[in-house]
Amino acid sequence: MKHILSVLVNDQPRVLARVSSLLGQRNFNIESISVGGSEEPGLSRMVIVTYADDRTMEQVSKQLHKLIDVIKIQDLAFDESVVRELLLVKVGANSSNRAEINSIVEPFRASIVDVGANSMMVQATGDRAKLDSLLELLRPYGIKEVARTGVTALPRSSARSKAMV
Amino acid sequence: MTSQTEMKNSPMKEKSAEMDREYTGSEILLRCLVAEGVDRVFGYPGGAVLPIYDSLYDGHVKHLLARHEQGAIHAADGYARATGKPGVVIATSGPGATNLVTGIATAMMDSIPLVCITGNVAQNLLGTDAFQEADITGITMPITKHNYLVRDVNELPRIIKEAFTIAAGGRPGPVLIDIPKDVSNAKASFYYPETVHIRGFQPTTEPHPLQIKKLHQAIAGAKKPVIIAGGGVISSGATEELVRFAEGSMIPVTTTLMGIGGFSGVHSLFLGMPGMHGTYAANHCLLGCDLLIGVGNRFDDRVTMGRIDKFAPNAKIVHIDIDPAEIGKNVDTYIPIVGDIKNVLTAANEGLPSADSSAWLQQIEQWKEKYPLQYKQDDDTLKPQWVISHLHETTHGEAIVTTDVGQHQMWVAQYYRFVHPRSLLSSGGLGTMGFGFPAAVGAQLAYPDRTVIAVTGDGGFQMTAQELAVIALEKIPVKVAVINNRNLGMVRQWQELFHGQRYSEVDIGGSPDFVKLAEAYGVKGWRAHNPEEAKQVWQEALRHPGPAVVDFWVTPHENVYPMVAAGTSLEEMIMGDED
Ligand SMILES: Cc1ncc(C[n+]2csc(CCOP(=O)(O)OP(=O)(O)O)c2C)c(N)n1
Repeated sequence: MKHILSVLVNDQPRVLARVSSLLGQRNFNIESISVGGSEEPGLSRMVIVTYADDRTMEQVSKQLHKLIDVIKIQDLAFDESVVRELLLVKVGANSSNRAEINSIVEPFRASIVDVGANSMMVQATGDRAKLDSLLELLRPYGIKEVARTGVTALPRSSARSKAMV
Repeated sequence: MTSQTEMKNSPMKEKSAEMDREYTGSEILLRCLVAEGVDRVFGYPGGAVLPIYDSLYDGHVKHLLARHEQGAIHAADGYARATGKPGVVIATSGPGATNLVTGIATAMMDSIPLVCITGNVAQNLLGTDAFQEADITGITMPITKHNYLVRDVNELPRIIKEAFTIAAGGRPGPVLIDIPKDVSNAKASFYYPETVHIRGFQPTTEPHPLQIKKLHQAIAGAKKPVIIAGGGVISSGATEELVRFAEGSMIPVTTTLMGIGGFSGVHSLFLGMPGMHGTYAANHCLLGCDLLIGVGNRFDDRVTMGRIDKFAPNAKIVHIDIDPAEIGKNVDTYIPIVGDIKNVLTAANEGLPSADSSAWLQQIEQWKEKYPLQYKQDDDTLKPQWVISHLHETTHGEAIVTTDVGQHQMWVAQYYRFVHPRSLLSSGGLGTMGFGFPAAVGAQLAYPDRTVIAVTGDGGFQMTAQELAVIALEKIPVKVAVINNRNLGMVRQWQELFHGQRYSEVDIGGSPDFVKLAEAYGVKGWRAHNPEEAKQVWQEALRHPGPAVVDFWVTPHENVYPMVAAGTSLEEMIMGDED
């Protein structure tokens, strides 16, 4: 089953290395990790997406907790969380098909953030599946470069996400 | 440079005066060690730790100069295992630091508190592949409980306090502090904090009362209970509590390799060691039990044989440990209890019910009688098992015994009946050859008046034999008992049993003459070929006031039995050679 772990960590050099080294060492599979600021100065929030059964998840969480730089871990339920990723994609485009591409992008509430002679850059946010389908629709025009941030997430105010360990 | 008299003052009391004065990073380091109660460190100097060795020159902290950093760290580890206090080791950057790696991993696997201090190149050179630069914090990330790269001399006292707190607290383990040379040389005022709050390190030490109640219920309903006690009993200092617990509930006890000495080896409820080379009684208790209480153990694959499906198949499992991550890691747990074992057992001993175990205990007595540990003794040749039994008899089980790794290690575990905790010092988790001898050096420094025996193989001894120079020069009276079978015995045993007797690279018959080797270093040496000689030379070695090496020339092809092959069930015990 897919899980999202939201991990508060000390904003220290190498903290990402500590977390990813531990996950690798313990043979846990990771789909994505993203790190950024949190609500508390000195702490960063790391969001880890992983596929695992409940038993493995419990181990992941307990092992992460042993890291001194890990302060708090929450296992976020997908359906009770806002889960987002940012996508930047450069697609081939010229004067004849720009409008067409625009019309594909619009329903995704994505935007054109840069236009060149032979390409344009699209920015989109959303969950993985939405970004995947946008990419599929853009593929026929020629995808030149893609950058994705990995998933970040917060529980909705109605959610009862489990604090772990 | 700090003057003698100033250094002697307690850093705590002289707080205000000290804060007016500036010290170098390396002086601060040593003052922190003194404040932490460290009276002895182990190490090896080099360029990046020159400032630290300069401060050591003042002599406020005793330093043992090893002959290899691996020797230094295993000695610090032996000191820590024998005393329970963190061992401290110092090494220089680059090769000095990387030479610590095996020792750090050894301590990590066995939950031994160590504070490892490495020098590094100055910060302006970090990351440039400077001379003798190694990314030791990166390298040791997975084998330390935590590590630090000190970037500012003002942070040094806090970091050192944290390092000792983390190394010794909760489930103990090694912590590394990497100090760039410019930080050791930089000046700052000194104040050592008495405590630190570490937000990400808050071990649960008190058990939940509800879990104790559940444990009581499980015991009251059990007919075939067994306790498996691991190294946690020893690190928690819970030996007495465990005896009361076992006697009160009438539950027999098996101790893992790391747990040996945590429960007396001559107690009537003692079953011996479980697992790959465990006793018949211990393994059959695990197979047949209806309640299995794990106490500070980790259900390692040398005990479960990696066959969880066939391990304690009919038992409810209770698991008591200070590390929540151990619970549920290898086996499913019916009653998890997180806490310091001493506290958990103290709570459990209150209102402790007795199990209905009398029939079970009778059955166990029969197993013990019918299938004791055994080997074929004869008077002309020297059997390794006999040697270990003889070491036991002549020291009345009171010695501190360290081992290396291999057959001799298992024979010590089987035939030296340990009655005290912290008496068997052995690399259980990592299985590090070369550990035993230097670990004995550390243990002997901690207990100058106790008999300390390093039981090693002829293979493992050669991995750290250079430390003979240290015991000779420092007159450290360790007795080295080399169980010399001219083979990498344990590997040979596996090749005999599982590789069709294709003996590949296990004949080490061309080893040096260990008596002469000892003598070359200035250590007295003896050799024995049969029990008569062995008795005599061992007495002489014991009576000799200084260090000694005794080369026990044992039969070359003896195997360790019983044995359960990895990946099979504990049921499939090979009891011995059929002939
Ligand atoms: C550093 C290291 N290298 C290799 C091994 C694998 N190993 C385990 S036991 C053993 C043989 C040890 O031989 P010896 O020291 O003579 O002891 P014996 O088994 O003969 O008692 C070896 C090579 C190890 N445990 N540690």
